Amino acid sequence: MSESSSFILDDQEIPFMPGQSVMQAALAAGVFIPHLCYHPEFRPHGSCKLCTVKINGRPATSCTTPAAAGMEVESNTPEILDKRRTLLQMLLVEGNHFCPSCEKSGFCMLQALGYELGVVAPRFSLLYPARPVDASHPDVLLDFNRCILCELCIRASTEVDGKFVFALSGRGIKKHLVVNAESGKLADTNFSLADKAAQVCPVGVILPKRKGFAVPIGQRRFDAAPISAHVDEFKPVAPGERP
Amino acid sequence: MNAPRKLKVATTSLAGCFGCHMSFLDIDERLLDLLEFIEFDRTPLTDIKHCGPCDIGIIEGGVCNAENVCVLREFRANCKILIALGACAVNGGLPAQRNHLDLRDILAAVYVTEEGLVPGTQIPNDPELPLPLNQVHPIHEVVNIDYFLPGCPPSGDAIWKFLTDLLTGHTPRLGHGLIRYD
Amino acid sequence: MSQRYMGTSMKSTDAINAVLKRHGSDGTRLMQILRETQEVLGWLSPATLTAIAAGVNWPRSRVESTAGFYSFFHTESRGRYRVLWSDNITDRMLGNMDLMQAMCEKLWLEPGRVSADDLVSVDTTSCTGMCDQGPAVLVNYRAITRMTTERVEQMVELIRNQTPISEWPAAWFKIEDNIRRADILLTSTMAPGDALRASFARDSAASATLDEIKKSALRGRGGAGFATGLKWEACRNAPGHGDKTARYVVCNADEGEPGTFKDRVLLTRQPDLVIEGMTVAALIIGADKGFIYLRGEYRYLLEPLNTVLARRRKHGLLGENILGRAGFNFDIEVHLGAGAYVCGEESALIESLEGKRGVPRNRPPYPVTNGFLNQPTVVNNVETFAAAALIAGKGADWYRGFGNARSTGTKILSVSGDCERPGIYEYPFGVSVRQVLEESGAHNTQAVQVSGPSGICLNRDEFDRRIDFGDVPTAGAFMIFGQQRDIFEVVRNFVHFFAHESCGFCTPCRVGTTLLRTLVDKIADGNGARADIDEIFHINHLLQTTAHCGLGHTACNPLLDTLEKFRPAYERRLNLLKFVPAFNLDAALSQARQMTGRDDAGAHLEAAQ
Repeated sequence: MSESSSFILDDQEIPFMPGQSVMQAALAAGVFIPHLCYHPEFRPHGSCKLCTVKINGRPATSCTTPAAAGMEVESNTPEILDKRRTLLQMLLVEGNHFCPSCEKSGFCMLQALGYELGVVAPRFSLLYPARPVDASHPDVLLDFNRCILCELCIRASTEVDGKFVFALSGRGIKKHLVVNAESGKLADTNFSLADKAAQVCPVGVILPKRKGFAVPIGQRRFDAAPISAHVDEFKPVAPGERP
Repeated sequence: MNAPRKLKVATTSLAGCFGCHMSFLDIDERLLDLLEFIEFDRTPLTDIKHCGPCDIGIIEGGVCNAENVCVLREFRANCKILIALGACAVNGGLPAQRNHLDLRDILAAVYVTEEGLVPGTQIPNDPELPLPLNQVHPIHEVVNIDYFLPGCPPSGDAIWKFLTDLLTGHTPRLGHGLIRYD
Repeated sequence: MSQRYMGTSMKSTDAINAVLKRHGSDGTRLMQILRETQEVLGWLSPATLTAIAAGVNWPRSRVESTAGFYSFFHTESRGRYRVLWSDNITDRMLGNMDLMQAMCEKLWLEPGRVSADDLVSVDTTSCTGMCDQGPAVLVNYRAITRMTTERVEQMVELIRNQTPISEWPAAWFKIEDNIRRADILLTSTMAPGDALRASFARDSAASATLDEIKKSALRGRGGAGFATGLKWEACRNAPGHGDKTARYVVCNADEGEPGTFKDRVLLTRQPDLVIEGMTVAALIIGADKGFIYLRGEYRYLLEPLNTVLARRRKHGLLGENILGRAGFNFDIEVHLGAGAYVCGEESALIESLEGKRGVPRNRPPYPVTNGFLNQPTVVNNVETFAAAALIAGKGADWYRGFGNARSTGTKILSVSGDCERPGIYEYPFGVSVRQVLEESGAHNTQAVQVSGPSGICLNRDEFDRRIDFGDVPTAGAFMIFGQQRDIFEVVRNFVHFFAHESCGFCTPCRVGTTLLRTLVDKIADGNGARADIDEIFHINHLLQTTAHCGLGHTACNPLLDTLEKFRPAYERRLNLLKFVPAFNLDAALSQARQMTGRDDAGAHLEAAQ
């Protein structure tokens, strides 16, 4: 690998192709960087900040920073791991994350990252927001209690489905997901279980009805191996290209 | 060198279901090994009612009423190490699912407006009954907590690993498969 | 509201259609469409949003998304009279909380609630930029200053009697300029068009004027201090995007930093200078369209500014072939914000200009290459444009005669708080904090917060520091706190401000600012412990290093500054001072016990309390 197309990530040389972000190059090389709002099929967003690394000594989000030759990237350091843990703890107190009753338990990226990073406690005071569920749609339940505001469903519905079913409203800690209907109910949108937006939620907000807890504990996505061992599942779909 | 003295351990269940205690018993015959190193003070297993000076206090359940607060404070005052055991102690868990409701509405719904109540039913006000708090809280919001062991319940293996780490002087590390939120 | 799920009434439909027509049903003009609709209908009902979405041909969800972001857009009815009390610390020091409470009691209302008859609501809002004449309120987004008990009583009567605001006492709406010290900007009598004519005279491509701007070493006055000439040059050289390339000049008049009000005065007293500066920028970068992004709190300036723009059009200073120069076409439109501090960040401001939520963009690319509608855009502060006009008119050498070696020109300060003469002070760069304190009549000063909550808190040991880019840079706020003030309450006000104004895009700022608010309130309530101070540091460190934009990076500045300089303000609030001595106290008495033979209670110390 020539010097002009690689950077150093925690003492490991990572090759990259023009246009790839630090995150894409790392994942393609089999190095996992924690993330929630990043998805290989969508343009990077840079909001969850879980993928924060230090590039040449300065903090940056690896999903939005283009890879450049000779960069020195720190990811797996005690300081950065501590920041990521704190960010996860913030997300855990912001919503109502009651895993025992969640159908996505074992498949949830927030949970899996908590395990990966050894988050055993929420640390902060819990906010316990009131977020009523929307069960109006015949095929899909929306449980906003678990929303981490990654905007993946918004991006999927906008960019892939062309339906604009989801959007954000409110500001700051009151920011929340809304649907494209005057009634505010999913049943009054053209949302369908076949939509891309129905497939991308990293946590347990968008859930198919009549299909809970189908996989036994022990056989779920992140039961056998930690999320970092699933790095292949997050590789760029078409390296170097942003769909 | 003499064998080290046995560590005193107290346990209690606040707003919990005793599931974590059941899981504790799930360490099965290893419980006998454990008893080589520890002796119990206040715990549902011994039926001792108040906690004396202890090395380790293990708390199951969150804080949902005034009595929970008193018990938790008693543990904190007496235990060098306090452990939050299980989802409810860690983040409020199932009892905290009431937190988006106003307690007044809950009490009224259960004791006043519910259909089919025996005539004359009123909201219980016996001083013997602890008053519920407006919201359920995880225990770290009430006293300082030293260690957290999440899970609903944490598995017997997780509890065993956690306690043996602690008893042998290691900072507890659960690792994949033992750290669980569900 | 009966209107809620029943579509819009005939009156509403007519009103919405009239607004849509006025804006050509252009979705990028959504902010103005929403504001003007709300000015007629009072609030933005679900049916209204549906109608507007259909009108601009946007998904309804996107329209709701924008409407829900801004404090001044109401997707629930807030009553026919909406009273918002400016809640900057300077308003608090002037007693705004007592006055608001009195108003609420007279109206039988809780703050934040709407009266049962949907007549009135009373709430707080972030600093409205009237710090030198507070306590201030906004009533249906009209600014009223110098509130008193008497005015509260009169206002309550007017509301009860449902007197239209247009019939309220005119004196209430009078906004003072309070110019206490004027220098080259505020005393300028340069005739409209002179800066343009001087630019034309230099050369045909305006390169020479760009060189003058660069040579003047003018730096942005909004806080960041980026070199104006370099910014304009980068924009001028940026190629643009797509078939219809264009360039834009945007004047950032979203003066949201609490304690800042100098742009309000500049736009009142020297609007021609500001607009001329924008026009010079347009000449240099090749823009034919400009915007003044005026904060919603300054709604009352919209008509006066439009009058100035119309006059300049009439005199050939805006529009096509400006001053007879063929092909130099440039016009300006005032765009009103709607209550969002974060829109002061230039990329968030551009998002807002496009009708979207005011969320800062990922950078790079920067606005100079990818700005409004993805085209090269220059965004500068009001004061920067005014200074640029002077430089274009009088030359860099003249301008460099003001200021000091580190910073050229002058800086307008908005002075408020504990002093005899709050108001506007224009100084050459390099003025000491002490001089400002003396000339504004401040005595026994405990602290000065320079550049607002995101700036720096100076203690009395630092009053000889100087206002310039090398020492104490500032966007203009200068809030003075006398010895009698509780600095903790100052900080608490700022922490609440950031929690309210966080856009919510990134995790650390969205959640972190709220957690900081919780912690500071906990300490305020007398329930704080040392551990809470540690936790504040922990959250601050995360914010500084991982937040998406400057709001998050600086949200902890007031806490960190004051924890360093005014620590007792915190410590006296703590109720738990747990500390275990480093040594065994009782053992430390052992030798004396041995030698004195004592063993009474007084001869022992407990190891820990």
